Amino acid sequence: MSEEIKKPESDDEKIDETLESSRRDFLKKVGLVGAASVAGAAAVYSGYRFEKNKHKDDTVKVLTEDNRLVEVPREEINDIKYQVRVLHTKGREGIKGKKWVMVIDLSKCRNARKCVNACQSAHHLRPYEYHINTLVMQETVNTPKYYMPKPCQHCDNPPCVSVCPVDATFKRQDGIVLIDNERCIGCRFCMAACPYSARMFHWQEPLNAESDKDKLYNVELNVPQKKGTISKCLFSADRLRENALPYCVSACPNGVFYFGDENEDAVTNGTTKETVSLSELLEKNGAYRLMAELGTKPRVYYLPPKNRIFDFKEGEKTEYKETT
Amino acid sequence: MARSLYSTAFYREILESVSADVLRNVRINKGFIIWMGILTISLAACLYAYTLQLHKGLGVTGLRDATSWGMYIATFVFFVATSLIGMLISSVLGLAGVTWIKPIARIAEIIAVAFAAIAGLVIISDMGRPDRLPYLFMFGRVQSPIVWDVTVVTTYFFVSLMLWFIPLIPDLAIAKSRLEGRPKFLVKAYEILSINWVNHEKQFEIMHQAMRILLILIVPLAFAIHTVTSWLFAVTPRAGWDSTIFGPYFISGAFVSGTAAVIIAMYFFRTSYRLQKYLTDDHFEKIGRVLALVSIVYIYFNINEFIVPGYKLKAHDAIHLRELFIGHHALLFWGTQLLGLVIPVVLLLISKMRKPLPLLLISIFVFIAAWFKRYIIVVPPQEHPYLPIQNVPVEWMIYKPTVTETAVTLASMILVLMIITILSKLFPVIPIWEIAEEEASVKEKAEIN
Repeated sequence: MSEEIKKPESDDEKIDETLESSRRDFLKKVGLVGAASVAGAAAVYSGYRFEKNKHKDDTVKVLTEDNRLVEVPREEINDIKYQVRVLHTKGREGIKGKKWVMVIDLSKCRNARKCVNACQSAHHLRPYEYHINTLVMQETVNTPKYYMPKPCQHCDNPPCVSVCPVDATFKRQDGIVLIDNERCIGCRFCMAACPYSARMFHWQEPLNAESDKDKLYNVELNVPQKKGTISKCLFSADRLRENALPYCVSACPNGVFYFGDENEDAVTNGTTKETVSLSELLEKNGAYRLMAELGTKPRVYYLPPKNRIFDFKEGEKTEYKETT
Repeated sequence: MARSLYSTAFYREILESVSADVLRNVRINKGFIIWMGILTISLAACLYAYTLQLHKGLGVTGLRDATSWGMYIATFVFFVATSLIGMLISSVLGLAGVTWIKPIARIAEIIAVAFAAIAGLVIISDMGRPDRLPYLFMFGRVQSPIVWDVTVVTTYFFVSLMLWFIPLIPDLAIAKSRLEGRPKFLVKAYEILSINWVNHEKQFEIMHQAMRILLILIVPLAFAIHTVTSWLFAVTPRAGWDSTIFGPYFISGAFVSGTAAVIIAMYFFRTSYRLQKYLTDDHFEKIGRVLALVSIVYIYFNINEFIVPGYKLKAHDAIHLRELFIGHHALLFWGTQLLGLVIPVVLLLISKMRKPLPLLLISIFVFIAAWFKRYIIVVPPQEHPYLPIQNVPVEWMIYKPTVTETAVTLASMILVLMIITILSKLFPVIPIWEIAEEEASVKEKAEIN
């Protein structure tokens, strides 16, 4: 039985030998071609390395999102622009390391309402739908009237966020309170809870419902706006993402708004583009916050309307009139 | 209680007469069909208003950014309030051993079930995006009182439903053989729902145990639903809502509207179902006293709610109170306080006023005023926020309910009436076995003596 098996085995060995020799030949040839191409590639690569190393010292130190200081070659820096979809998560987190703050100088406001208009056109709102509104204020009959721009106060202890049943409105780590209108169920508990009346609701189809229909929702711009959901001031989170000042701040012709980062202790005036120390600005001008006694800890500071540079004009633009 | 009572001849006699009286009304007659027809047609008309709202948005209501909660929320609070009566009658009075509540306990539970069930729907009618209702369960946050409210109102509804159903089981068993001439489906339903009840001693034991657990459980539950409802307002920093007594204020008010609802229902069943033998003048006399008591407690909380801020007159409280006392809402405020609370209490102290008819009239006033009272609680505090409402169209400043909104609100009330009608017309409205047992044991005692 064993012989029967051996016989064919020896035949196989013969075939194997011939195969083996031809394989060896082949490998030799391939080896030659391979060696040649490796040498060529090495030459090309070393050339590339040389080109690359020309700028070896040309690096930049960059602070990463998680607060690490790293060094990267200058030409490898790419500007990142988040896709709108990515913002659904990034927009909830906020911009790391920032604490946005706004200062409103009431002595400079003359009710030009450029902030209101810029905001409404950016967020696709009707003339009577407000993220920011300029109000006529008067403390007592003996004190003068003044104009007060009123955005969302972006409270650090926001009553609106506490009461939201579905996490549609939330506080980001950079201090901004946002609303996700793809989550909002329209219960309006946040409106009831907000002492600053900062929120608005879409009681009807939003202004540009038809033309915005196919746009991807951007949580940092809250566009497209949606019927049956809340909308509110976002501190122009989309502009901050691009290192630009908020729409209202840069639209003001009168230097009313300062905006900046509390961590850097610096705020920039939207009109003059002058950057000043936040703490100094607040201290020297007797800054205050609206209804601080409620414990909401607003991120918007007001400088009192003293030494006003514009006169208060009675009855100017205080009542909305339908112009269409 | 000795079960031997059930085998006595006089018990059977009593049971026959009671079940004959009560089951006489359990039938689908012309009146029932016409009444349900009217309700269905009106409901359809009102639901059309709701489709308008769905299509065009909440802008079809009078609600705007300043006053963003109106009639719907007032009706929600009113419904939750009224449903609390189930707990007061069956549980608080029942556990205290009060026996006269036996014939009206089921009426109270029917009211609890109907109002609690529809309260949840009312909340949905107020939502801007009702299609996103599942988000409450998918993304619900425990910090939000709305999530607490949804949880406890749903639980309260189911426990109330059990409190209505469990004591009904023996009645279904009694009734299923006595339903000649009724539609087949009804007989079949009785057979299924009576879940093999054979009057076994063990069955009674289990039922009493289950009832005891539920009756105890429903006390904190009922307090929770209305306290949490009051917190929807009290957790906000608005003048008029920012109150520490809102929980007890709401609960004491709830008993007033609930008791009035039970009295109205009692009167209706007594006359149209000819149940004078079971819902006697004495029952009206006693529930009239309950109404007087709960109204006096509510007046006490009203005094606290208005006198204390009225004494201090903090800037925004002062504006709110001025609007209520002499301003825009004065007529409604004094109307609800006087016609719906103070005058009824004064009248209820007179024993003649606790006879069925005068008591019914008083209760109607109290009940209607209770709805307006919720309106007064919900709407005015929103009309004067801390910062002025400016640069908006005039109709955005002051809330005026629209016809559409009223129709949607009416739809919820029609639904309540439908549930009450079905539960009271297709099932015995008076607990047959309990009344028979009560009468028989009284008779037995009398015979022994």
